[in-house]
Amino acid sequence: MMPIFVWWIGEEEVERDLVDHVHRHLAAAFQRPVLPWDRPERPRHAFDPRRRQHLSGAILRWLGETGPREGKVLGVTDRDLFIPILTYVFGEAQLGGRAAVVSTARLLEDVELFGRKLLVERLAKEAVHEVGHAFGLVHCGTPACVMSRSPAVREVDEKSSDLCAECRGRLRELNGGT
Amino acid sequence: MSNDRTRILVVDDEEIVRESLGGWLEKDGYTVAVAPDGPSAIEKIKAERWSILIVDLKMPGMDGLQVLEEAKRLQPELAVVIMTAYATVDTAVAAMKAGAYDYLVKPFDPEELSIMMQKIVSQQTLVRENLVLRQALKQEYRFRDLLSKSPAMQALFELARTAAKSNSTILILGESGTGKEVLARAIHAESPRAEGPFVGVSCAALTETLLESELFGHEKGSFTGALARRKGKFEQAHGGTLFLDEVGDIGPKLQLDLLRVLEERKFHRVGGNEEIEVDVRIVAATNRDLRKAAQEGKFREDLFYRLNVIPIVIPPLRQRREDVPLLVESFVERLAVEMKKRLDGVSPDAMGALMAHDWPGNVRELRNVLERGAVVATGVVIQLADLGMPSRGDAPPKAGTMASLEEVEKRHVAAVLAHTGGNVSQSARILGIDRVTLYNKMRKYGIRRDGEADEAAHEPAGSTGR
Repeated sequence: MMPIFVWWIGEEEVERDLVDHVHRHLAAAFQRPVLPWDRPERPRHAFDPRRRQHLSGAILRWLGETGPREGKVLGVTDRDLFIPILTYVFGEAQLGGRAAVVSTARLLEDVELFGRKLLVERLAKEAVHEVGHAFGLVHCGTPACVMSRSPAVREVDEKSSDLCAECRGRLRELNGGT
Repeated sequence: MSNDRTRILVVDDEEIVRESLGGWLEKDGYTVAVAPDGPSAIEKIKAERWSILIVDLKMPGMDGLQVLEEAKRLQPELAVVIMTAYATVDTAVAAMKAGAYDYLVKPFDPEELSIMMQKIVSQQTLVRENLVLRQALKQEYRFRDLLSKSPAMQALFELARTAAKSNSTILILGESGTGKEVLARAIHAESPRAEGPFVGVSCAALTETLLESELFGHEKGSFTGALARRKGKFEQAHGGTLFLDEVGDIGPKLQLDLLRVLEERKFHRVGGNEEIEVDVRIVAATNRDLRKAAQEGKFREDLFYRLNVIPIVIPPLRQRREDVPLLVESFVERLAVEMKKRLDGVSPDAMGALMAHDWPGNVRELRNVLERGAVVATGVVIQLADLGMPSRGDAPPKAGTMASLEEVEKRHVAAVLAHTGGNVSQSARILGIDRVTLYNKMRKYGIRRDGEADEAAHEPAGSTGR
């Protein structure tokens, strides 16, 4: 079974507890090995000086080219991400592809007020959500499902970190028994 | 809410925008296609049905507003969202005026996009549900081509449905234009004879001799001009329904002949000896008070009772005004299809006038008024002025107003014709003159059947295309 690699691509020092939590949730959701991928390269070319944000699409391509040759790869960053048409994104993935990326930048809202656990939970949810897209899952209409759309942190906080039964079934179909 | 039925077309000359927006929407479960410019978007809109069009305002060649206008023309129900790089009041106003659902300023907030798409999808779902419900409701209000929600008409439909199943003679009574023939056809269609022929004959249109030959047929040489044997309407209707319209207008001799056929179901062709037996169901209709005519000795009483087995009285439109909006909607829909013209309905003040009118010419008059409105209307909504309904200024002069007798007569004849929806027989009856006299007066004063002055008939045909 192909593993999922998690690669810290942030500029600051990696916060181990954050990434460990992501590992645990990915392993539980997708029932496959989750391995670290540590390389010193960073996707600095994806930085857009005009918007002062990183272009997530460029990071996805870079992850595919620079990252592991097999399995899925999730880049985790502390840089703010955008796609050209939107002001920001929490993360992005190649639908049914290999690469996904999530950022902590926009998940920090109210964290000072409610504590760091909020960020840890939010990041794990968005990581499962984006890797779910990489496995071919689309947004789910069940509000509690981790695949439900979450355009703002309010929706991230409201949903669980688990796939609903329907999405688990769809995932099995998409994996075709792998 | 499922998004998989929602098809979104993204149009932008920048590949990166098409890619990122298309990808984002795909993850929401929408079916997404992209087009790099206006012409290729229009091709896609011509080829397939789309729910939402997201189009960039500034594109080389055909810009977003042009795409919007053409797209709305091709698919009026399409929700169009315009994307702009700069938020200016002018562009927003122009987009909304051209029929855009909304506009987004690039780059937009993911939440804003998400909420807008969900709003469009739920509105379109509501519109679809509404359409299905309205169609279901219309079916309830419908008896074949007749449409009504008035309790009296609903009871009439029920009676007609039951009567249709029997073989008994039906007598339909009602003013001109109430839909007596439409009801007769509906009864035929609902009857076990539906597969057989429906043959109609207007008893008022022909002289007694011609009507006799029309009904019973004739043998070759039975009268001057009878060059060959001809089957009459009774024979033509064998196995089906014979509709005798304006049965109250037939003369005494034919009343007797008709009575015999109704009693024996047998008759002879004019000039023939052979007895012909037919299996025909009779539906007769008249706008006269046949009972009164029978009491006054103007119509055979025995024939009246033979015809009056199942009487069905259609109430005039003024007694069921609640049907006007339903009929208006139905006629406008049909006229739009017939004229290949987009028509969304009538304006509120036009509807007010239609509701207030007395409709002496009943549903036929309403249809004529709407047809005129549909022809004259320059927009998609028929306005009050388009209907050309008689206003106060057109009314005959009040007593004491100085006008010549001829002028008063001309105006009165025109008004009566307009009120009966161009029904010459009914107008003649109202005026207390015969039809020939009425035709002569119409010719003399240059009045058309609809009561309008005849010179209007020479207006250029292209005047409707304003």
